[in-house]
Amino acid sequence: MDQQLWTKAIVMGSSAIGAGLAMIAGIGPGIGEGYAVGKACEAIGRQPECKGEVQSTMLLGCAVAETTGIYGFIVALLLMFANPFIGKLV
Amino acid sequence: MSLDVHGARILLEIPALGGIVITETVVNTWIVMAVIIGLCLFLTHNMQVHARTKRQIIAEFIVKKVNAMIGNNMGKRFEKGGFYPPLIAAIMSLSALCSLSSMIGMYAPTSDLSTLLGWALMVFVLITYNKFRSGGVLGYIKGYFEPIPVLLPFNIISEFATPLSMAFRHFGNIASGSVITALLYAALAAASHGLLSLIPGAVGQLLAQIPILQVGIPAVFSVYFDLFSSLLQAFIFCMLTMMYIGSAAEG
Repeated sequence: MDQQLWTKAIVMGSSAIGAGLAMIAGIGPGIGEGYAVGKACEAIGRQPECKGEVQSTMLLGCAVAETTGIYGFIVALLLMFANPFIGKLV
Repeated sequence: MSLDVHGARILLEIPALGGIVITETVVNTWIVMAVIIGLCLFLTHNMQVHARTKRQIIAEFIVKKVNAMIGNNMGKRFEKGGFYPPLIAAIMSLSALCSLSSMIGMYAPTSDLSTLLGWALMVFVLITYNKFRSGGVLGYIKGYFEPIPVLLPFNIISEFATPLSMAFRHFGNIASGSVITALLYAALAAASHGLLSLIPGAVGQLLAQIPILQVGIPAVFSVYFDLFSSLLQAFIFCMLTMMYIGSAAEG
């Protein structure tokens, strides 16, 4: 009984740490999107008449660049709320 | 501190074919579909050749915008009539209204991965159909061996990654909004409990039970997560659909 409790505690704690580590993936899209938006600002500054087109292209690019961060978030979500490892305990 | 993060609740289970479950997602999607159909009927009934009513002007504006978007992103030959403008308009309105339904407290169907996987599967079928149509069976198979045959496994992976990433992107954005909103509510309840219990006596005890900080502050975040993020994701999903189908049709 005691050992089972310990096993469960270790699995849950490790899952929480893993969820936290998975969210490090948020760094990449943050840097990437910031860079893209900075470049878009430069482009609008240089050619203000292209504002609409630059904006929509930038938003599309940002959303695509966001995907890796979203993958990290989904892994974190799985570990937090739909943990696949708890069910594997005897 | 209570944290309420949950998936779609099961409302009903039909004991046929091994148990078909009717979840909140299904019910809310049908409600949104009914709203969209009602909106369409309202906008388009009693149409005339020359637009006299505001309703008809709005309807014509939407149709023109969608046609122009298709023409810009998929090529001119898809623009007039045909299959794609209604499809894109349907996806966009369904996605936007499904996500926006979380603003009135409903469970947003788009924060369920099943909905998005269904849409992405439909887009995947369309992409594959267009590839077959533009290049034939041989051209489709040959596409896997380009630019060099060594890249075959990567081409297969990227083929499956397209619908998966589309579904995950939309799901992740909407679901992250609802998770962060839940976290925010829990944190605000804890904060107001901590602050108000500093008041001494029975009054403080009583006031600490009321999460007074939950008034107003979540609305600011809701503007971003519910309004901006929902509309943006609807737009992105449609843009990507059009681009993938357009590039598949070019061959």
